[in-house]
Amino acid sequence: MMGNLLEHMGVDRDRIHFSWISSAEATKFVDVVKEISEKVRALGPNKKFVKDYNK
Amino acid sequence: MDTCIEKIRAIGADLLAKGTVEKVIGFADGSIPMATRPMALTSDKDVDKLVFNSVCGLNLANYVSKNSLSNKEGKIAVVAKGCDARNLVTHIVENQISREQIYIIGVPCTGMVDKRKIAALFDDEITGFEEHGDTLTITSASKTETVKKADVLRHNCRVCTHRNPPVYDVMAGDPVEEQTLDHPYEDVDQIAAMDLDARWAYFENLTKNCIRCYACRNACPLCYCPTCFVDESSPQWVGKGQNEIDVTTFHFLRAFHCAGRCTDCGACVEACPMGINVRDFTRKLNKDALELFGWEAGLVLDKRPPLDAYSPNDPNDFIK
Repeated sequence: MMGNLLEHMGVDRDRIHFSWISSAEATKFVDVVKEISEKVRALGPNKKFVKDYNK
Repeated sequence: MDTCIEKIRAIGADLLAKGTVEKVIGFADGSIPMATRPMALTSDKDVDKLVFNSVCGLNLANYVSKNSLSNKEGKIAVVAKGCDARNLVTHIVENQISREQIYIIGVPCTGMVDKRKIAALFDDEITGFEEHGDTLTITSASKTETVKKADVLRHNCRVCTHRNPPVYDVMAGDPVEEQTLDHPYEDVDQIAAMDLDARWAYFENLTKNCIRCYACRNACPLCYCPTCFVDESSPQWVGKGQNEIDVTTFHFLRAFHCAGRCTDCGACVEACPMGINVRDFTRKLNKDALELFGWEAGLVLDKRPPLDAYSPNDPNDFIK
C-alpha cells in the first residue's frame, strides 16, 4: 500500500523495491541489489522527493 | 432532516441523571454561525446546550482516547455519527479504550455540509445559518441564500456508505437509507488516470498552501500518538519548515499512518484552514485497503485491521 501511494503521488514504481532477505541469503541480496541498481540506473536521476537545501 | 436532537438530549440527560455515564461528549453551537464545537457535559441540566445539525463536521471520537481518558474516569457517552462510531470502534480495536468505557449514542447521519462551498456564495461574512429539513437558509449583511443540503454536501459525505453507526448502545433515530455508489472512488481514479509527472505536480500543487499547522492531524481521531513524528527532534524525521519536500513528506506520512484505519470522516479537511483536500492522500489508501484486503475500517469489533495482522493470503506480489 505504501508503494501504491507513492506511485499514486507520482513516484516511479521502479524506484520502490521491497524484498525479504535472510542474513543467510547472501546471493539473493546481491541479485536484488543488482536488479534494483539496473532499474534505477535506467530511470536516471530522481527529481521527486529530493530536498534542495539551497532553496 | 429530523436532526434527532431532542432524542439526543433526552438520552444524554437520562444517562447523566442516572449516573450511567460521567460525561456526555457531543456538539454545541460555536461562537460564529455555521460552526459547532465539541462539548463535554457532566450535568443533565446542561443537555440543552447540545446541538446536532449539518455543520457537525468534526469527529467526536477524537476526544476519547487513551490520552484524554484516565483510568479514574467513569464511562463516557459519545454522540456518534456513522463515521464517529467507526472511529470509536477503531479506538477499541486498537486498545485505546475498552468497549465498557464507552457508551455510543448513535445518530443516523445524512451528511455534513461543505462550509467553504457555502461561504463561496457570499462576498461578505455569514451572519446566520438555519436548517429546516433538507433546506438551508444562510444569511449575511447583504443577502439571504436558500440552498438544498444535498447540493452543498461535503465530498466524503456524498460518497459515504456508512451513514448509520455500525456499533452503538442506543440509536437516537431510525436508521437512514445507506447509499450505494457506482463509482465510489472516482476521485482517486481521476488522479490515477494522469501520468506520473502530472500526479506529482497535482500533489505538489495540492499542498503548496500548507502552513504546517497540523490541524489535519489534530482533528484526526487516528492521530493519538503522545508525540507525533513531526514533533520529534531526536531524530528529526522531517524538516519543520515550508520546504515543499518537507511538506509533501509530512502529508505522505500522515496519510500512511492512517492506512487501513481511515474512516473518511473528513475531519482533516474540515479543520484545514487553507482548504487543502488532504483526503486525496487517504482516499487512495482506503481504496487499496478495500481492493486488496476487502477492508473498511471501524465496522466490526472482532477483526484485526489488515496492516496489523499477517495472513498467508495477503497480497505479496510487490515483494521479491
